Amino acid sequence: MKTCIRNLLLPLSLFALVVTAPATRAEGEDETAWNTVLKQKLFADRPIVEDQTVAITAPYRAEDPALVPLQITSQFPQTAEKYIRNITVVIDNNPVPFSASFDFTPESGKADIATRMRFNAYTHVRAIAETNDGKLHMAKAFVKASGGCSAPIGTDIEAAKARMGKMKFKLDGDKVTLGQPNPLQLLVSHPNITGMQMDQISRIIQPAHFVNEVKVSFAGKPILTAKTDIAISADPNFRFYFTPDQAGELKAEIKDNLGNQYSATQAVTP
Amino acid sequence: MGIGLALLGFSPSTQAETLSLQEIAPGVHVHQGVHQLPDTHNRGEIANIGFIEGERCVAVIDSGGSPEQGLALKRRIEASTRIPICYVINTHVHPDHIYGNLAFKSAGVRFVGHHKLGQAMAMRAPYYTERAPSQLGFQLSPEHFVPPDLPVTETLDLDLGGRTLRLTAHATAHTDNDLSILDRKTGTLWLGDLLFMGHVPVVDGSLNGWLEEIRKLRTVEAQRVVPGHGPVVAAWPLALTGEENYLKMLQAEIRSAIKEGKTIDQAMNELGRTAKPDWQLFDDFHKRNIATGFAELEWEDD
Repeated sequence: MKTCIRNLLLPLSLFALVVTAPATRAEGEDETAWNTVLKQKLFADRPIVEDQTVAITAPYRAEDPALVPLQITSQFPQTAEKYIRNITVVIDNNPVPFSASFDFTPESGKADIATRMRFNAYTHVRAIAETNDGKLHMAKAFVKASGGCSAPIGTDIEAAKARMGKMKFKLDGDKVTLGQPNPLQLLVSHPNITGMQMDQISRIIQPAHFVNEVKVSFAGKPILTAKTDIAISADPNFRFYFTPDQAGELKAEIKDNLGNQYSATQAVTP
Repeated sequence: MGIGLALLGFSPSTQAETLSLQEIAPGVHVHQGVHQLPDTHNRGEIANIGFIEGERCVAVIDSGGSPEQGLALKRRIEASTRIPICYVINTHVHPDHIYGNLAFKSAGVRFVGHHKLGQAMAMRAPYYTERAPSQLGFQLSPEHFVPPDLPVTETLDLDLGGRTLRLTAHATAHTDNDLSILDRKTGTLWLGDLLFMGHVPVVDGSLNGWLEEIRKLRTVEAQRVVPGHGPVVAAWPLALTGEENYLKMLQAEIRSAIKEGKTIDQAMNELGRTAKPDWQLFDDFHKRNIATGFAELEWEDD
C-alpha cells in the first residue's frame, strides 16, 4: 500500500527533495549503508528493482521497539509458473541488518509473511523478493524506533525460557479449504536473546540465544523455510499461507544457534 | 555570544539548584516529576524521586533521569541534613529512575535494587547509551549504570536508625525488576512505577504479572503511597484503582481479541480507545502496552 502511495506522490516529493533534502533528512533516513555495504554483501552485483512485486507494511513509529509488527504482502498468487521463491528482510541500522530470509514454494499459495521484529534505531526496513525467474524486487519502509524506557529486548525472558521450544499452529477456524491459500500462524516460544549487552555492568551475561532456522511443511512438502537472526522478537511469531490439496499434517521444525531442535505437528482436515 | 554561552552554561545548573522537594510525611521527601515524554528539554527528568531520612542514614529512592538531576538531588539532601547518605535504592531499571546514580557513588554508599536489576541494566545499557545524546541531550558512559551491590531477592530490611525500610522485590510486573519500599514508621509505601497516576501505565514486563502484584499490594498496610509518576503522595490503597482498571480492561480486551483470531496489528489499532480521556500520554504508550500484553497473553493457556 505504501508503495502505491509513494508512486502517486513521486513527482511532488522529487521536487520537495531537490529543494529541502539537506535540511529535512531525518535521523536514519540516509541509505548509504544499504547502497555502499549491505546490498553488495547480501546480493553482490545482482540488479534489484524497486517495484510492486511485494508491499511492506510497518508502522511509521515503532510503538515498542522489541515488538514491531511487520507484514510483507505479495501482489500475485503463487503458481508453478510464476512464484516468489524467497523474501529477505533487511533492517539497515540494526546491529545485525540481515533479519530473516523466507523461502516459499508454489504450495505456499501466497508468498505473504507477517512477523514481529526488533528495531534498534530509526531505519529503513526492506523486503527483497526473488521471483522464480531469478530477478530481485524490493519494497521498503521507514520506521522510527520509539525511545524512552523501551529497549529492543524481551520483557520477561524467564517466562519465555520456561516454555522454550513450545510451538502452536493457529488456523482460521477448525477446518481448511482445499485448493486455496489458507492463513496459518506459527507461534514459537523462545527467549531469542540478542546477546548484546554491556559486560562491564553485570557479570551475569546472557549469551546470544536465538532461533536461526524454521521449517514448516504440509503433507511432507515444504511451505515455508526461514533463516532468522536476532532481529526476530522474543517468542517468534509467523503468519503465512499454505494451499492444502488433501487432509494432512502440518509440521514445524525449528533450530536455534546453540543447537537445540524442536518440532510440532498438527493434523489438518478440510 | 558571550551572554549566550553564559546562559547555556547557567540554565541547567539553575534548574538543578532549585530541585523542589516536599516532605510528605516526617522525614520522607519527594520531588514531583512531570507527565512528559523524556526529551532534550526535560532531559528525562520526569519521574518522582526523593529520599527518606533516619537518625543515622539517608536512603535515596531513585536517583533521577539525568546525571545532573542526580547531582542536584545530592546537593539538596546535603543542604538539608547532616545525616550521611548510606543507600541509593533504585525501584527499577528505567532511565528516569537510575541516571543520577553516579552522583552518589562513593565509599560508604550501598546501591540497592531488585536482584534482576544488574542484568537488566547490562542488557539495556548499550541501547540506552546510544540513544541518550539524541533523545536526552547528554552523553552516558558505562559508569553511569551503577548496578546494585546489595541485591534484593525477596525482602530486605534497611535500618536507617530509628526507622526501618522494608524492601520487597516483586515478580515481573511493570518491569522484571520492580522493588517497592515500605517505611513502617510513617506508613508510607513508595511504589516507583508499580503505580502510575495521571500518566498512562507502561507495561514493560508482564500484564498478568502486574495485576497479580496489585492484588497482593492491596493487602499492604500503609497510610499513603508515593507513585513513580503522579502526585507526590496519594491515599492508599484507593490510588491503585485507576491503574488497576486500565490494566484489567487491557487484559479483558486482549483476551477476547486473541480468541477472535485478531492479529497483533489489529489489536494495537482497535483496543481500549475509550480509556483515552482518563490518561495523559495515552497515544505514546497505549499501543505498545497492547503489543506487550498481546505477545504475553498468546501463551497464557499453555
